[in-house]
Amino acid sequence: MAVNIARCEAMARVRWCSYFRKHPYATPRGPVIQKVQFTATEVAPDRDAVLEHQGIPVGTSVKDHIEELYQQAVELLAETISPAGIMCDISAEDFAGVYEGDGRNDGKTPVGDMFARADHLALFVVTLGERTCSEITERFAANDFAIACMLDAAASIAADQLAETIEGRFGQELADRGWTPDHGGVLRYSPGYCGWHISGQKKLFEFLDPGKIGVTLRDSFLMEPLKSVSGVIIAGPREIHKFPINFGFCKQCKTRSCRQRLRALYAS
Amino acid sequence: MDLLADLADGVINGNDQRVAEITKQMIDQGTAPKAILDDGLIAGMKVVVERFRVQDIFLPDVLLAARAMYAGTELLRPLLIKEGIPSIGKVVIGSVQGDLHDIGKNLVGIMLKGAGFDVIDLGNNVAPERMVQAAQEQGATVIGMSALLTTTMPAMRKVVEMLHQEGLDDRIKTIVGGAPVSDDFARDIGADAHGFDAASAVDRVKLLMNVS
Repeated sequence: MAVNIARCEAMARVRWCSYFRKHPYATPRGPVIQKVQFTATEVAPDRDAVLEHQGIPVGTSVKDHIEELYQQAVELLAETISPAGIMCDISAEDFAGVYEGDGRNDGKTPVGDMFARADHLALFVVTLGERTCSEITERFAANDFAIACMLDAAASIAADQLAETIEGRFGQELADRGWTPDHGGVLRYSPGYCGWHISGQKKLFEFLDPGKIGVTLRDSFLMEPLKSVSGVIIAGPREIHKFPINFGFCKQCKTRSCRQRLRALYAS
Repeated sequence: MDLLADLADGVINGNDQRVAEITKQMIDQGTAPKAILDDGLIAGMKVVVERFRVQDIFLPDVLLAARAMYAGTELLRPLLIKEGIPSIGKVVIGSVQGDLHDIGKNLVGIMLKGAGFDVIDLGNNVAPERMVQAAQEQGATVIGMSALLTTTMPAMRKVVEMLHQEGLDDRIKTIVGGAPVSDDFARDIGADAHGFDAASAVDRVKLLMNVS
């Protein structure tokens, strides 16, 4: 059978053009990975969230010494963090491979159900850097337990806040590219949650190479520095983010944060 | 002036300077170190833990109290060693192999010390062999293991199995904890106890060692 080279090239150009329209940061060599910088305001952790992390219910009137601990922790955090992020668009085809990982996911999962229905996907990793973790360790070693714990809480909240910020940045980029659905939803999901096995980190790291921002992965799939968050950002009709909480893995979940995020999505 | 009551108050209020001052004063006056420890420092921590349980105070207060208590125990330590006074029990703790998370483990260690236990903290990423070896070397009767990743939890089973294979499981008990760890998991691997938080971990260790 004679091969029509010209026709093949023309078809390839059509496919690439279609791909580029959807992924303007892509190149023939693959997706462009963006490094992302953050301002101090974007990293400042929410006070109520930090105190709640310490077991203090929201709305509790705290004594001066706890307020001082919180302020001290926030100051230490600002002195020690080096926030950074990395993100890239990914096609549903490519993400299928990342998501499948080592084949250890639960059979049916929210992310497994929703990514094929998304309009856009992006992988991301954000980190606060190593110095904050070292500071926490040093404070514990010095018997400065209260400030160590408060700093740890502040850093955990700040890391989540970074992830939320990069999620927002992706949403804004999509809007700038002309993605303005009536009821769109942009939410992130991470390996290790909701049935997406934590070994999914491996393929995510292979695709994204977060080593560029100093984040590495251990054999146990633990990220270093510890205060790092990774995942996929899924943008599409907001309905795709709705899922029931009657999966088997939901029984072990202690936070049910998926409900809170969905409520916020619909409220916005 | 009841110095023991003042000492306990110093712990309760998280005043490490005051605790150090009173401890030194009592040592200088010849008060028995064990009495200073049990009736001053540990007595104060007991009140703190009880108030924490009923949410009268919160974690930062417990940690400030622990720091204050340590200010006293550091001064007492050489005297207790010199007089050969044992703690109420020895516990080896560590985050399991592959896991670097240690906040929960640290909190358990702090509260165990606050209850009067001798705690050997092996740190994080501790191999199963090291945990068993340390418990034997130190004469510990409980190994406490922490994991925050499902991928590192299997190391807990290895420790339990090693203790069984070496015939040590009657003498050395195990307690496991961490966010992904459940009662079911603990039972499945043959661990002796599961602590779902730091305070319950201390209660379980006391039960394992038959101390009140």
